Amino acid sequence: MAKQLKLWIDNVEVEVPAGTSILDAAKKAGKYIPTLCYHEDLRATANCGICVVEIEGQNGTKRACSTAVWEGMKVRTNSKKLRELRRTLLEMILADHEVECPTCEQNNRCQLQDLAYLFGVDEKNMPKVRKPQPVDDDSFAIVRDPNKCISCGRCLIVCQEVQTVHALTIDGRGFEGKITTPFDKGMLDSPCVNCGQCTVYCPVGALKEKSHVEQVWDALLDDEKYVVVQEAPAIRATLGEEFGMDPEKVTVGKMYAALRRLGFDRVFDTNFSADLTIMEEGTELITRLKEGGKLPLITSCSPGWIKFMETYFPDLAENVSTCKSPQQMFGTLVKTYFADKEYLNPAKICSVSIMPCTAKKFEANRPEMRDSGFQDVDYVLTTREFVRMVNEAGIDFKNLPEEKADDLMGQYTGAGTIFGATGGVMEAAIRTAYYVLVGKELDNLDIQAVRGITGIKEASLTVPTKELGDVELNVCVAHGLGNARKVMEWIQSGEKNYHFVEIMACPGGCVGGGGQPYGSSIADRARRGLSLYKEDKDLPARCSHQNEDVMKCYRDFLDAPNSEKAHKLLHTYYFERNAMSGEATKEVTHKH
Amino acid sequence: MYKKILEKYEPKKENLISILHDVQDSNEQNYISDDAVWEISQYLNITPSHIHGVISFYSMFSFKPRGKNVIRLCESPPCFLRGSENILAKLRQLLGIKIGETTEDGLFTLELTACLGVCGNAPVMMINEDVFGDLTEKRVEQIIENIRRRAK
Repeated sequence: MAKQLKLWIDNVEVEVPAGTSILDAAKKAGKYIPTLCYHEDLRATANCGICVVEIEGQNGTKRACSTAVWEGMKVRTNSKKLRELRRTLLEMILADHEVECPTCEQNNRCQLQDLAYLFGVDEKNMPKVRKPQPVDDDSFAIVRDPNKCISCGRCLIVCQEVQTVHALTIDGRGFEGKITTPFDKGMLDSPCVNCGQCTVYCPVGALKEKSHVEQVWDALLDDEKYVVVQEAPAIRATLGEEFGMDPEKVTVGKMYAALRRLGFDRVFDTNFSADLTIMEEGTELITRLKEGGKLPLITSCSPGWIKFMETYFPDLAENVSTCKSPQQMFGTLVKTYFADKEYLNPAKICSVSIMPCTAKKFEANRPEMRDSGFQDVDYVLTTREFVRMVNEAGIDFKNLPEEKADDLMGQYTGAGTIFGATGGVMEAAIRTAYYVLVGKELDNLDIQAVRGITGIKEASLTVPTKELGDVELNVCVAHGLGNARKVMEWIQSGEKNYHFVEIMACPGGCVGGGGQPYGSSIADRARRGLSLYKEDKDLPARCSHQNEDVMKCYRDFLDAPNSEKAHKLLHTYYFERNAMSGEATKEVTHKH
Repeated sequence: MYKKILEKYEPKKENLISILHDVQDSNEQNYISDDAVWEISQYLNITPSHIHGVISFYSMFSFKPRGKNVIRLCESPPCFLRGSENILAKLRQLLGIKIGETTEDGLFTLELTACLGVCGNAPVMMINEDVFGDLTEKRVEQIIENIRRRAK
């Protein structure tokens, strides 16, 4: 254990382990030192200077985020000098920031706005100095407004160090220094995988999703269009926080009710196709195990991960499941299975998804995602966009009645719901694969070893199969692309031998997706994950093979898991991508 | 394409700046191309975004094509006091371009630089590796004319 050090923060005595920053020590002493560039999940960079403090016996000021405490330190967090310093810094930052608060995505959440108000900053004190720059909005998923960027560096840290994607860089230095994409080519022509973590960590609205709100309103208000909606598992774990309800409980019934009130003609649930994904992917795993196919099998639900794999690990493409993501399986079925059942013209159907994810916007626009004969998913709304629409429509979310999803593609099991948390796809797949291989359900459906917020989780299970005898199944779960990179390197080098690997691009899995509320911390993500596991526990059916809507879909339409028809509609193929431009250069797997 | 240059150096990060110089000098248009960045990133096992950071940090490097002759006029105070402003105006007039731009014939790029360390001869400019001091508008005219003539 690290040595305990005693110090004083504004005359309050506090003891913390050696190595603690002044910022954290102050928290323990009940004092929040103002910060702007600092985020608890990210390495402190000391870029902004707002967290300055004075230390007795020292000249000048120190930045609390990146100064470690020492024995007997006497810290002053407030003084006339510090107030003036902070205010001047804020004025200088604002001079470089395009102030358009009323229409900004981050209005009322913006940390710069908060601080400017708290410190009584007069925005007019500093003349605007930077020339306007074009907004980078060519990407399918992310819009970057350099005029709002305050160069705090959070996006850089998350893109380079957490995700190891390196789609953002620093250009120039000093006053001319700015954050941009490599070689100023814009997000579309960068290695950006659209994970959107930069949008979650940006404190000021310089990074946000490419909005589909207007297009969805147009579709909803167009009588000719039949608008169908699906919502990802992670959404229900987040809405509570956004609408002032219990953040530890999932919100399902009110979510359906809100969607109906927005005007969606049919309210289904992505959890249905999560269960379907397990049937397809589980079958794929079993086939590979039995027939000696390429192992490990790696999951394919996360579109950020898929583009990352195509860019940095195309040699492992054959290991990646050919299954489309639940969103895309759903999209294909809406314009085929559902359209057939309801005698609807698929050309008139508008298929909308509500996702915790920005990469889903890119995925929906991938040219190969048109197996229904149309673009399978027309528009993707992030959690943030959905909340905005509900609020715009004046829906009193909190007091809505609990409603049910529509039949055919609305039913789901606990296995579908845990897709939203890291390890959930793995757990769901094991439940069903075990059942198929052994002929009975697992005694304990909770597979704790693959749950939780640890970056890389490994587990080994013995499966007493009917045909192959006892099979030792080695599995690995990684979330966050930095962790995914490590696991892929282990697989490449042969250092580890897994049978099945789950990868989610975002830390925490989909509950930590790039389309989730701004500022989502790792702690928020862990809590949302727990809510999903709680919902799973309370559901009558907890295994995908028990989903009656899914079984009906196979009986009436798809024949069987991995059937020819299922392959045609629910499976896909991958490309190799240029690691500088992100452009697809050649197919590396093929459609069966 | 850049194999010959790269092989002169050990694949160590520390060699990045020397490699960038070498690669840029070997290029007719005085810049470091995307392809070069890619090859360097592979050779040194660092990311293109990292290389971008380094190229853009140093004003001598460019990732955009430049003219055969890169003119760098000193913008430090001693040269300013000795009339570098007039020299800049003359250069802009002669070349018909602004700072950071390249002439259409690809012959000149106009840039500013920090002190070149020859303040005794202010105002000063560099054209590629050569230093020109004690500049007057007349002398600048002659220098540009000379280069143009030789290029024909």
